[in-house]
Amino acid sequence: MASTTFETGTTSGIRRFFGQAIPYILLTISIMPVVIGYAWLIIATFSYRTEGLLPIDAEGNVGGFTLRNWSFLSNPAIWRVTINSFMIAMAMVIGVGFISSLAAYALSRMNFSGRKGFLSLTLLLHAFPSVTLLIAIFFVLNSISKIPVLGTRIGYNTIGGVALVMVALELPLGIWLMKGFFDNLSWDMERAALIDGASRFRVWWEIIIPQIKPGLAALAIFTFLSGWSAFLIPFTFTVGTKVANLPVFMRQMISDTAPTNWNAIAALGLFQLIPVMIFFIFTQEMLLSIYSGGSKGGM
Amino acid sequence: MAQSTGGEVLAERASHSRWVQFKSTMEAWGFMAPAGVLVLIFFFIPVIILFVLSLTDLSSSNFSEPLTFVGLENYFRMFSDRFFPKILGNTLFYVIVTLTLFNVGMALVLALLTTHINRKAGFFFRLMWLLPRITPSVVYILMWQRIAQQPPFGIINQFLEPFGLAGPYWLRVYPWLFVILVNGFVGASFGMILFSSAIEAIPKDYITAAKVDGASEWQIIRDITIPMIRWPLLFVTTYQTLSLLTSFEFILLLTEGGPGLFTTEVWALTAYKRALKTYFGHNQWGYGAAWGVILVIIGIGAAIVYLRVFRFGELVQEPKIDVL
Repeated sequence: MASTTFETGTTSGIRRFFGQAIPYILLTISIMPVVIGYAWLIIATFSYRTEGLLPIDAEGNVGGFTLRNWSFLSNPAIWRVTINSFMIAMAMVIGVGFISSLAAYALSRMNFSGRKGFLSLTLLLHAFPSVTLLIAIFFVLNSISKIPVLGTRIGYNTIGGVALVMVALELPLGIWLMKGFFDNLSWDMERAALIDGASRFRVWWEIIIPQIKPGLAALAIFTFLSGWSAFLIPFTFTVGTKVANLPVFMRQMISDTAPTNWNAIAALGLFQLIPVMIFFIFTQEMLLSIYSGGSKGGM
Repeated sequence: MAQSTGGEVLAERASHSRWVQFKSTMEAWGFMAPAGVLVLIFFFIPVIILFVLSLTDLSSSNFSEPLTFVGLENYFRMFSDRFFPKILGNTLFYVIVTLTLFNVGMALVLALLTTHINRKAGFFFRLMWLLPRITPSVVYILMWQRIAQQPPFGIINQFLEPFGLAGPYWLRVYPWLFVILVNGFVGASFGMILFSSAIEAIPKDYITAAKVDGASEWQIIRDITIPMIRWPLLFVTTYQTLSLLTSFEFILLLTEGGPGLFTTEVWALTAYKRALKTYFGHNQWGYGAAWGVILVIIGIGAAIVYLRVFRFGELVQEPKIDVL
C-alpha cells in the first residue's frame, strides 16, 4: 500500500479546509497570552514608556526606540546580583550532577543491602513536595550558620546556603533521571574493567561517565535553568540586596513604595531571560523531554 | 574426612563471601553518602523539625527563650481561626478549578490538537506552551500584571478601548481569574507533554482500522485515544493535584493572597506567610508549622500512593554485576 492516509471524509472543499484549519486557529489563540507577554517585554525594554503594546517616546508620541533602559548595566549592584545568580546556578549544576551520578550509579549497578529501600525512597522524595519544608529548613540553615568557619559561607543569608538547599531539594529528581540513563548502558566495558581489577570508583569516573554525556547535559541544562530562575528559595533565605539573586533583586525593585520604572524592570527581565532563551532556541527537544519528568514542588 | 573438608571449605567460602559482600556494601554506601547526607539534612530532619515546631509556640517574640511546648494548641487555634473556612475553601476552589480547566483539561485538549496536525507545527505549539514553565517566575508574573493593567498601560484594556469597554486594573477586580490563568498556563505543559507522548504511542493500526470502518475523528478520539491514555490521565490528575495543593509561588508573586483580606489566600501560602514572611516582622513559626504539617502529611500520603498505585517501583532492575 503506497499511502496510509485514508480519505474517508464526506466533507469537501471549503468545509474540509475549515475543518483542518480549526486546530491551528485554536492553538494560535491559546498561545496569545504568552506571545503578547513576551512581545510587551521586548517592546518595553526598548521604549521610554508603553501604553499597552505601543511604545511611547519621551514626547508622548508613538514610537521611539531607546536604549536608556539598559543603563542598569552600569550599576555595579546588578553585576553582583547577576554573579550571585550565576554562582547559584553553577553550584547546582556541579552539585546535583556529581552527587546524583554517584548515587544513581550505586542504585543502578551495585548490589547492596537496602538497595530496594533506597530506590523507593528516591521515588518517594521525588514525588514529595519539598516546598512544604521551607519553614523547617530555615532552622536547619540557622544551625548550619553556627558551624565555625564553614557556617559563614553556607549558612542562613548566604549564597552558599541557598545553593546547598537547592542542590539538596533537586537531588531526588537528579538521581531518578541519572538512574534511568545508567540503566540503559551496556555492561560489557564495565565487566571487563572490573575483572581487570579496577575499583568501582575508577570504573564510574573513567568508563561510565563518558558514556552518559547526553544525560548529564540534559540534567545540567535543566538544573542551570532551575538555579538561574530560582525565586522562592533565595527569597526565603536571604535578606537585603547583597546576597540576592536576579529574580529576588527584580522583586525588590517592584516592591518599593516609590513608583516603579516598568521599562527598566522589563529590561532587567529581558536581561535575565538571555540564558533561558539561548537554551530554549538551541536545545528544544531536550527541554520538552526533561520538563515532563521534572516538576519539583512547583507546577 | 571429605565431609569436614567440604564443611571447612564451605565455611571459609561463606566468610570470604560475607567479607566481600560487606566490602561491596561499604563501596555502595560510599557512592550514596553525599546524597544520603544531604537528603538527611534537608528532608528527614526538616520533617521532624516541622512536626516538633507545630507543638510549640515559637514566634519572633519568644525566640530567645527556651522552647515551650503547647501540645496541640496550634492545631486548635488553626481550626478555630476566623479565616480557616475561607482559606480552606480558597484552596479547594483553586485546586479543583485549575486542575480541571488547565492542568488536566487544557493539557488534554492541547495534546489532542497538537497530535492531529502537522508534526512540526505540533512541536512548535507545544514548545510555545512550555515557555511559561521555563520563564523565571518574577518575569512571568510581570508580563501578566502588564496584561491586566489599567489604562493606558494595560494590554487587555488596549484591546477593549475601541469598544468602550476599557476597565480598571483587572487583577484587582477578578483576582481569581488571573490566579487560575497564571498557574494554569504553567501547569498545563506537564500534562500536555505526557499526554502527547502517550497519544503518539498508540498503535496506528487501531486508528487505521477505525477509519476504514468509517469512524469520524471525534469518535476515534472518544472511543480509542482517550481510553488508551487512561493511565497517564490518572497519573497527571493525581500528580498535579498534589502540585497545586502545595505550590504557592505564583500566588505569592501575583496577589500575595489579596487583594484585601485573604481573597486569594491558599493553604500553602498561609503556612509560609505566618511562619516566615509576616509583615512587621512577627513570625509565628509554631503556628505556621501547624499549617505546614497538614501539607506534609498529605504530601507523604500522596507520594506513597504514587509508589504503590502507579507502580513507580517497577523501574527497579536487578544489577548484573554482583559481588565479584
